[in-house]
Amino acid sequence: MTTSPAPKPTLQIAALGDREIVMTRVFNAPAHLVFDALTEPDLVKRWLLGPDGWSMPVCDIDLRVGGAYRYVWQRDSDGKQMGSRGVFREIVVPQRVVFTELFDEAWYHGESVITSILSEQAGKTTLTTTMQYGSQATRDAVLKSGMETGVAISYDRLAAIVEKP
Amino acid sequence: MLSTFRALAEPNRLHIVELLLRGPRPVGDLVLRLRLRQPQVSKHLRVLSKAGLVGVRRDAQRRIYALRPAPLQELESWLEKYRQLWESNFQRLDSLLDELKSAESKPNPKKRTRSKPDRIRINKGDHL
Repeated sequence: MTTSPAPKPTLQIAALGDREIVMTRVFNAPAHLVFDALTEPDLVKRWLLGPDGWSMPVCDIDLRVGGAYRYVWQRDSDGKQMGSRGVFREIVVPQRVVFTELFDEAWYHGESVITSILSEQAGKTTLTTTMQYGSQATRDAVLKSGMETGVAISYDRLAAIVEKP
Repeated sequence: MLSTFRALAEPNRLHIVELLLRGPRPVGDLVLRLRLRQPQVSKHLRVLSKAGLVGVRRDAQRRIYALRPAPLQELESWLEKYRQLWESNFQRLDSLLDELKSAESKPNPKKRTRSKPDRIRINKGDHL
């Protein structure tokens, strides 16, 4: 292997193509532990909480292709709840998980497809999560052509754009 | 939001936005720099305009295009909220992973009990 720059520990977010968001983050742990933390209910409940002050009273995961999951979050201050559900499409331990995601109160149209790819190097794992929004027809079209024609706009570059009045 | 994504997803349109970052430009100038025909450039400008990303003003015979920051700011603040949300999640995940690592490195580690030991796992390399 040739030397490559060390992966950045910070979270990178980019808009890719017309319906995808890609997040990249490096974790200081081997892939099998990251995979467990992403897929075991007792572990998921401990970190997938969003803003401070929320807990996860429901976290059911049937980790097999075609298996469903159900998440419910609750704001501790007033008991307000929100939930999401979906189905696993691909599972390759400890490298790859693909699942659908539909929020109970979707603020966008249709379900999204989430692909998490884990890549371990020297005890560290890079987690790349691609969130693809929109209908299945659109998703399929994006899968066919999106990766080639899509243009990644890095978060930093976007910030530079916005700083200009 | 999606119209902003769609408008920026096309490489020539992103190029137009990048050119306009340096300041307003007449259509003719964009045509020269993009090396596209005028009708194609006009078509891209219409899409950008419809998405609210550019505005136009007339200066004698010329049409001058300029960037409008609102949709980009909306996109940026949306991504920023997203980033903050996930950064909180991932910081908690960092701590959890540290805990799991030290549990694993203990001399006779107790196997973590899985909540669903009977679930099906597909092994590395299996074709799905």
